[in-house]
Amino acid sequence: MKQRLLIVEPSELIIEGLKSILEGQIRFKVLEPEMSADHLVERLVAVHPDIVLINPTLVEHVSRLRNEGTMTLVALVYQYVEHDRLKQYDGVVDIRDSRAVIIETLAQASPGEADAGRSNYELTKRETAVLVQLAQGKTNKEIADALNVSVHTVISHRKNITHKTGIKSVAGLTVYAMLNNLIDESSLM
Amino acid sequence: MKQNMKSRLFSSETRLSDLITAHPSLLTLLTRLGLSLGFGDRSIDDVCQDSGVDTDFFLLICNVYTFNNYVPSTATILGTDMTGLVPYLEKSHKYYVDKRLPHIERHLDAIAQKLKGRIGQVFISFFQEYKQEVIAHFRHEEIEVFPHIRALMTGERDKTYSIGEFLHTHSDIEGKLDDLLNIVFKYLPPQVDDDNVLDVVYDILRLSEDLKKHTFIEEKIMVPLVKHLEKAILS
Repeated sequence: MKQRLLIVEPSELIIEGLKSILEGQIRFKVLEPEMSADHLVERLVAVHPDIVLINPTLVEHVSRLRNEGTMTLVALVYQYVEHDRLKQYDGVVDIRDSRAVIIETLAQASPGEADAGRSNYELTKRETAVLVQLAQGKTNKEIADALNVSVHTVISHRKNITHKTGIKSVAGLTVYAMLNNLIDESSLM
Repeated sequence: MKQNMKSRLFSSETRLSDLITAHPSLLTLLTRLGLSLGFGDRSIDDVCQDSGVDTDFFLLICNVYTFNNYVPSTATILGTDMTGLVPYLEKSHKYYVDKRLPHIERHLDAIAQKLKGRIGQVFISFFQEYKQEVIAHFRHEEIEVFPHIRALMTGERDKTYSIGEFLHTHSDIEGKLDDLLNIVFKYLPPQVDDDNVLDVVYDILRLSEDLKKHTFIEEKIMVPLVKHLEKAILS
């Protein structure tokens, strides 16, 4: 299966350059790039990329992205970035790297095929957080406010939860959450 | 309807026992359609006539239950004696509420006993809420829809209800059953792994299939029929 790669980078020149390097690589499928981090969270929830190649100057807290899925995060650098910041990524691509090194770095950083499928059906941290609030009887709007995301994102999370568990109703999800010890009895109404 | 589909459908000359041997799940339909066991080797037509059941109507329902992509044409529906439809739907409701749901509930009760703390209670009340929703859904049809159809069939038109409302408000009653199925066979802790779990999984699957066909009969047979009757009475 191809690794689905999302490029997050403000420069069109760099995006086009990367696309031409990755074009024809059977390992990767390049998704429609994001030019800013403004709608990145929504995008991650909606498209589930396997790899996100991202300019680290666009995001302050990488952990916020990690909440949204199990993707590999690779930093795309063309200027000095503090070591502590780069440490949060699974790999680093420098735009001065050769074509071969760029491809190799992305291939190394991304999980192998065996790993890729393994945890696809486990709920992400963020999905679990949404589930817990749902089980407590919160509305989409209340959940969006509590987690500081848009209602649209909450709806995407709910779709993913249902897809993974096979359970649609809130009542059913509440039973699921209890059986998996995600909520304790006292937090139920 | 495609020709090859038509040739696969059951005919009135078929022995009833052959029909049941080929499709055992149809057995649960017999009493709801007004037939009893002990029919020997007689043909479908013979058994139906003896029991006062319209043969074409019986075959229509059996065909819908057996062939998933069979949608009867309006011509077929209007060409069939539909007097038995409402009694059939009512008996089906009774079968679900009095037989199937309590049966499932007994198994779930036994499972709930084995769950620790309040989980068992939450688990069983999930089912009980579902059961109440199903009962309310059926009751609505029995109070609003079925009397309307009965009146139309005797040539009366009551102005208070129109079948147009039906599809708008016809809610999904299988969805939560699928949720329950997923919970029972995927997420129950291993200590409740016993016969009750297997039994109830089969029961839920059967009921879910049955309810899907029931909904199909209401939406694809009952609604077109009633629309036609409403129009015929107005003109």
